[in-house]
Amino acid sequence: MSRLTVDISSRIGDLEIEARFESDVGGVTALHGRSGAGKTSIVSMIAGLTKPDRGRITLGDLVLFDSGQNINLPPEARRVGYVFQEDRLFPHLSVQGNLLYGANRATRSDTVLNFGDIVEMLGISHLLDRQPHRLSGGEKQRVAIGRALLSGPEVLLMDEPLANLDIQRRSEILPFIEKLRDATGIPVLYVSHATEEIIRLADTVVMIADGKTVATGPVEEVMSRLDLRPLTGRYEAGAVLNVSIAGHNNNDGLSELGFDGGVLLVPQVDAPVGYDLRVRIRARDVSIALTPPTGISILNVFPGRVVEMAETGTAQMDVLIDIARANSPAPCPLWARVTRRSARELKLAPGLHVHALIKAVAIDRHSLGQ
Amino acid sequence: MTPEMNTGGLAISELEIEVLLLSLKVAGWAVLCSLPLGIATAWLLSRHRFPGRFLLDSIVHLPLVIPPVAVGYILLVLLGRHGLFGSWLYDVFGLTLVFTWQGAALAAAVMAFPLMVRAVRLSLDAVDQKIEAAARTLGASPLRVFVTITLPLMTPGILAGTVLAFARSLGEFGATITFASNIAGETRTLPLALHTLLQSPGTEDAAMRIVVISIVLALLALLLSELLARRVARRLTGEIK
Repeated sequence: MSRLTVDISSRIGDLEIEARFESDVGGVTALHGRSGAGKTSIVSMIAGLTKPDRGRITLGDLVLFDSGQNINLPPEARRVGYVFQEDRLFPHLSVQGNLLYGANRATRSDTVLNFGDIVEMLGISHLLDRQPHRLSGGEKQRVAIGRALLSGPEVLLMDEPLANLDIQRRSEILPFIEKLRDATGIPVLYVSHATEEIIRLADTVVMIADGKTVATGPVEEVMSRLDLRPLTGRYEAGAVLNVSIAGHNNNDGLSELGFDGGVLLVPQVDAPVGYDLRVRIRARDVSIALTPPTGISILNVFPGRVVEMAETGTAQMDVLIDIARANSPAPCPLWARVTRRSARELKLAPGLHVHALIKAVAIDRHSLGQ
Repeated sequence: MTPEMNTGGLAISELEIEVLLLSLKVAGWAVLCSLPLGIATAWLLSRHRFPGRFLLDSIVHLPLVIPPVAVGYILLVLLGRHGLFGSWLYDVFGLTLVFTWQGAALAAAVMAFPLMVRAVRLSLDAVDQKIEAAARTLGASPLRVFVTITLPLMTPGILAGTVLAFARSLGEFGATITFASNIAGETRTLPLALHTLLQSPGTEDAAMRIVVISIVLALLALLLSELLARRVARRLTGEIK
């Protein structure tokens, strides 16, 4: 498996690109940031479709670009698979012709990817004889993924592969990308501005703002960071928790998710006990009480301690609470969004012991990453 | 014009067949030889920015806007037996273009070239370069991308350009008669035969027969191109025009 290292700078119109990061060796690295932040430009430079002004890009031992040594491999020599935002299938070739177009480059004998497996995995075996114009949007994108995989890439670049699909098609493709991640072991650089995709798919997040890498780290860490809040988006802002399924309560249709802060009750999750998941709890779905509340409908109440208070410049503010249990080795951060007035009346301040109230309904299937 | 030409019956005469076959030969070679050059020129003009691009564009279009006789005369000056390149061609290859069917084909090709380049260039402009970039990321060299992606996607334009150029070549008169002259069996194509007939009295019927042959030929060419274009369109988009 190859590691992708990127250290480039380039000027594109008004945007000054300065990207510096490494991909995970075997997992999914997400390039996250708003539209227009320069994510696609960076990916295009990695693929060799555009040339950075300065810097160096390597893939394993292979130097793809080095302005110092005057190395700039053409795209066809880079062993980089590219799944574009739009499918870019060849309209004059059948699905099979599209899939096999890059297959003569795939000479790796150690490849685990053969034609039958990939077609099977992507569920496109019944489409092989069709022309691309007779495919649905979701099918097209699956063929595009298969085509990139069959070219034997050392790394797979996926540039917002779901952006042009409607919500239904998106949920149709996501499981395939998860399967790909788990079954092929090919490192993936996944570009997206959609928080839920990142949380569901990625292991590492590289945050891009105005062309620059502003943060890199594990997804639960980066997505919970307060200083990146303006970039991750206020509405979606929240904490990401790693949990594992502790049990199911079939009578109530609930599942128990164990984590460092205790047990979280959520609507039943279709996964076996012991299964590891990632859940996102949005700040706006968490409220604060000073004493353990009684007589309320909220199931998830966790004692914790206020760590930090952050102004948002509006009537609301975000409060960081550590809800880790006393014997837990690591902190367990949770964000709560309260009005400034409540914060004042409750006299919230760092160090104060509080109770975090999480609405069970706030944890839906959508935010359950694998 | 010889009297056999004017048979009066429906059957096509031997001389008419000779004129017809010569026309097809001249137009066919004209198109065949200018097609690669036409695609290359369209490629240069569509995909590259270079000094002299405007000049090249203008020269390519020149035959469309200046009198055909002038084009024929320029060819004569350049490629005549004592012309700038003509004498060299004769000395080195023993090749003579004036007064030969090859010369007629050249004149037709030059006159039809702008039409071909325009049609091919339009189709090349329409080829999505993003799709070509995708092919590069799949490991294809620029040459392979051109042959396997660009060229097939240009097919409608190449077909249109070929038919346009073929039809234009069949009708070529001014440049041909100036450069290759009007020699029976060598350079006397359909329009030249028609012209010859109209020079002598009492040949109205024979002239009309040539006109009809020309029309039928043109219609057949259009029909063929339409059929091919539909087939290509069906493969590319699934729509039936």
